[in-house]
Amino acid sequence: MIKETYLNTFVLSLFILIPLWAYLADEPFTITLMTRAVIFALAAVGLNLALGIGGLVSLGHAVFFGLGGYAMGVLAHHAQTFTAVAEWPFLIEGTKSMPVIWLVAVVISSLAALLIGILSLRTTGVYFIMITLAFGQMFFFFSISWSEYGGEDGLSIYVRNSFPGLNTLDPIQFYGLCFAILCVVLFMMARLFKSPFGLALNAARQTPERVETVGLNATRLKLVAFVVSGAVTGLAGALFADLNRFVSPTMFSWQLSGEIIVFVIIGGVGRLFGPVVGAGVFVALEHFLGGLSEFWHIYLGALLLAIVLFGRGGVIGILSGREKIHD
Amino acid sequence: MPIVLIAEQVLNGLQFGIMLFLMAAGLTLIFGVMGLINLAHGSLYMVGAFAAAAVAGWTGSFFLALLAALIAAACAGAIVEIVVIRRLYDRDHLDQVLATFALILIFSEGTRWIFGSFPLFLDIPDYLAGPVTLPGGIQYPLYRITLIAAGLLVASGLGLMIAKTRIGIQIRAGENDREMIAALGVDISKLYTLVFALGAALAGLAGALVGTIQSVEVGMGEPVLILAFVVIVIGGIGSIKGALIGSILVGLTDTLGGVFLPQFFQLFMEPASATSIGSSLASMAIYILMSVILIWRPTGLFGSRP
Repeated sequence: MIKETYLNTFVLSLFILIPLWAYLADEPFTITLMTRAVIFALAAVGLNLALGIGGLVSLGHAVFFGLGGYAMGVLAHHAQTFTAVAEWPFLIEGTKSMPVIWLVAVVISSLAALLIGILSLRTTGVYFIMITLAFGQMFFFFSISWSEYGGEDGLSIYVRNSFPGLNTLDPIQFYGLCFAILCVVLFMMARLFKSPFGLALNAARQTPERVETVGLNATRLKLVAFVVSGAVTGLAGALFADLNRFVSPTMFSWQLSGEIIVFVIIGGVGRLFGPVVGAGVFVALEHFLGGLSEFWHIYLGALLLAIVLFGRGGVIGILSGREKIHD
Repeated sequence: MPIVLIAEQVLNGLQFGIMLFLMAAGLTLIFGVMGLINLAHGSLYMVGAFAAAAVAGWTGSFFLALLAALIAAACAGAIVEIVVIRRLYDRDHLDQVLATFALILIFSEGTRWIFGSFPLFLDIPDYLAGPVTLPGGIQYPLYRITLIAAGLLVASGLGLMIAKTRIGIQIRAGENDREMIAALGVDISKLYTLVFALGAALAGLAGALVGTIQSVEVGMGEPVLILAFVVIVIGGIGSIKGALIGSILVGLTDTLGGVFLPQFFQLFMEPASATSIGSSLASMAIYILMSVILIWRPTGLFGSRP
């Protein structure tokens, strides 16, 4: 058994060394692939707070990913066409600045998470799964019928948005930016898991009655977790849209919600680095199996089935044994 | 608004709702009896549609195609239950979601492998083609009337089976206390396989019946599956009556909303923006309906109170 901290250090160093190698060997495609993995990891880190610690099986996290993506798409679209997003009640203009876009993405996805969370947390268990799935579909169909921003065809952004002091069109610089965000969020999550809020949330998953008995509101804890989780996934969505310079309703699709859960599960539920490992493995599988066979989803399905049925705890669980945080 | 148009749309909504019921009934039975959330139910719908399209293309008989859909979906359901689903009953919902999500990937890609990516088409048989004139002078396609009648027939058959037959008693007992009926000598794992195959057969039948109206393609099952989820959330999980009422509500809301909301907004807006706002709102209408019902009753219309 490998100690989990060693494993985490190893994973982080892979995320530094592979792009560095790709940069030196002049392989921009590998860097793009790694950027994809980092962004998926960020989305899954968001979900991991709700799913792994809070026990909320949200099958609708693509909502936040898509909202983040559309926040970027709408703002950048207006900036590149020199039109205003809204003229009433006050003038809102488009922007190509990443920090502003991120802020908008985070605010919008947290608001959506708050609304969806308030409604969905009235229910538990299987109802919660179905309702989050249904809300996901609601946003999906809304984005398809919203013809002002491309409808089914989506929106293309011609030039990647800018970040002060960086040339974001250079793959390695954009990768560095995304990786830095992932590290900051991981650090904050590590603090959050150990904080009184994280411990209480963990307890609320295991025995909500006890949490209520000591005077904490379990539903409110879960709601806060859901909102933070949505905000992080929304940020990932904005980055993903910038990576592709394209947003479309597929960012809201329920398959994507399923895949974000898959990242968390492949890596290990409730582990800090679980989503990172999971997203890395997924992107690697997508690249290598996708190259081997057009029908690589069959293998992905079989692998996932095997992990669920036989390998509890995902990759980290298999490598480093029983976890402490998750039961 | 002419009354004929309204009646036609109501019938369309009813037909859509009845088809949703065939899906939702299986889902709600499987959840009620085994406590399993089955995302792969849409794949069984797809299996039914593909089996029907293949057999219809081969023999030219619509009846044989329906039979093939029932058998193929029931067999696929039974095999999946025995190989995979059986191991999931005492797992948590997360594992069930993941494993059945994995099954969707396998089913969809497997079907794409066998049949290719191009949609297949099932033709309406000659004796069911063409319109009929209903009382009040409404012209309506005979095939859709047949769908409504067939669906209602299946619904009442299912209701009778659950209420009156021995197997129905066992199913209801299984919902209440699975240890007890196992102790009373009912082979519980056989009962589970049977319920799963029954739900699968209903989904396959729905797939084949709808396959004649729409095209038969990979991924056709999932949108219907999600609507069926909305239906059973509205109706209350485990309740067949709830599933029936929920499906008709959802079918009517979706169809009527899509037609009338854009027209409603035209009353006080310019046509272009009325159409866009109306159709966006219509696409969200059933989810808004669901949220309203959940605020009012968190366990659905006919769900058991916690």
